[in-house]
Amino acid sequence: MLRDITLGQYYRTESVIHRLDPRVKIVGTFSFIISLFLVKNFIGYAIAGLFLVICIKLSNVPPKFIFRGMKAIFFLLLITMVFNLFLTPGEAIFSFWKFQITKEGIKLAAMMGIRLVFLITGSSLMTLTTTPNNLTDGLENLLNPLKKIRVPVHEISMMMSIALRFIPILMEETDKIMKAQMARGADFESGSLIQRAKSLIPLLVPLFISAFRRANDLAMAMEARCYRGGEGRTKMKPLIYKKRDAIGYLVIVLFVALVIVFGRILFR
Amino acid sequence: MKKMIRTDKLVFEYIRRDEEGNVEGITRAVDNVNLNVEPGQFIAILGHNGSGKSTLAKHFNALLYPTEGEVYVDGMLTEDDEHLWDVRQEAGMIFQNPDNQIIGQVVEEDVGFGPENMGVPTEEIWERVDESLKAVRMDQFRKSSPNHLSGGQKQRVSIAGVIAMHPKCIIMDEPTAMLDPNGRREVIRAARALNQVENITIILITHYMEEVVDADKVFVMDKGKVVMEGTPREIFAQVDKLKELKLGVPQVTLLAHELRKSGLPIPEPILTRKELVEALKACR
Repeated sequence: MLRDITLGQYYRTESVIHRLDPRVKIVGTFSFIISLFLVKNFIGYAIAGLFLVICIKLSNVPPKFIFRGMKAIFFLLLITMVFNLFLTPGEAIFSFWKFQITKEGIKLAAMMGIRLVFLITGSSLMTLTTTPNNLTDGLENLLNPLKKIRVPVHEISMMMSIALRFIPILMEETDKIMKAQMARGADFESGSLIQRAKSLIPLLVPLFISAFRRANDLAMAMEARCYRGGEGRTKMKPLIYKKRDAIGYLVIVLFVALVIVFGRILFR
Repeated sequence: MKKMIRTDKLVFEYIRRDEEGNVEGITRAVDNVNLNVEPGQFIAILGHNGSGKSTLAKHFNALLYPTEGEVYVDGMLTEDDEHLWDVRQEAGMIFQNPDNQIIGQVVEEDVGFGPENMGVPTEEIWERVDESLKAVRMDQFRKSSPNHLSGGQKQRVSIAGVIAMHPKCIIMDEPTAMLDPNGRREVIRAARALNQVENITIILITHYMEEVVDADKVFVMDKGKVVMEGTPREIFAQVDKLKELKLGVPQVTLLAHELRKSGLPIPEPILTRKELVEALKACR
């Protein structure tokens, strides 16, 4: 179950999307997410879906890999859709006992579902095609103006890249601790919700202790390699815009314009 | 000639505190250590757990500062703030856990981390990454994620990360403790190659006796003190004393020692299987 989360995992292959500047991909993903919230009809979603499919195709990442991340949000998706389905007031088409399904409810539930799926797919596509280092470099670069108002941009991006690097390691460790505790008779699966939450304590305590120990080791290793913050640091892979990045930005602008025109203005 | 590393009456004390933060007592982790390392040497520091060998090693890289005494790295005092980064650049450090010292998500990015911190220009970083990965024979993995490598390979990546900073000396703090025998061999082979080909001083801290056989000089530590010092041959001649310090000797040496005890005329320190075979042939 823990391995299913693909968010934050890099998929190594060669493609146009992989070679794009991370700043383009970050801006693109955010524009994509924002446009998802601006869309008011299914034509807009169809355009967004088409765009997404083309991007996935171009990225050479197997679709199977992308949708694996969906399992993790399956329940969230289900709950959202069910709530929207039953609790939206409007013209009832079907009703039993206290519940009723309305026409508006169906529309809203479908929209919510599509929106969530697209949102997760879009952002996983970004993390799958960009190395975390690149991603944080891009973010650092985009947020650079905030340094003037004393936001510790470099530190934040360093923290993010370290967190991303340790996600798989800590997951493996969680798995290991879970098995070790299960071997000693711990039960993570049965009992009421409160009991189950309680049974997580013998899992979380060792995990936290080990995470702190790792953090300590890593801090020492970084210091030993002359890490002293962002001041005076050079880049092995500096971000330089190429021609394809300009095209990327152009495509993003066109996409957003298209979605707004068709999804919001022309058809209401 | 300047000494690579010199410690002068080095003492380091940990202050133990109870839960309220009151001082419970003081532990002397390193006690009056005088040690000299010449450039280009392969040095091994032996000792069982808690003998103070790791604490000592952290002084060579200015991660810890002495309570008393002084540590010089290539003539620079480690406590001198002015030279802090020079000391850390000249004396690279490899730690025990391979997972906890790799920062990059891709092998080559991790190797570039040190030079990036030092402010090396971009093209030169790439050159350094290329040559360091070649030096530890990890160049075919340069685009891989460190999570998919074996322990020995991860440790070699860490070594490459240190080499890329062009150090004069590499301190390895039990680099093989968490590895399988194969990984252990890989790492030791890489360390030896660096010592012989690139003439980098290596300080290997370990409790595996087999790894120190080829060292130029061995220091044995116990309770924070250096209790034995000499060539591997001199050290391993004293099997009984090593046993007292809870340190095993290489199996061949032990076998030779036992054979000698039971009356076979075998010369004192036997370090390799080949030597034992020769000695036994001579007995016939």
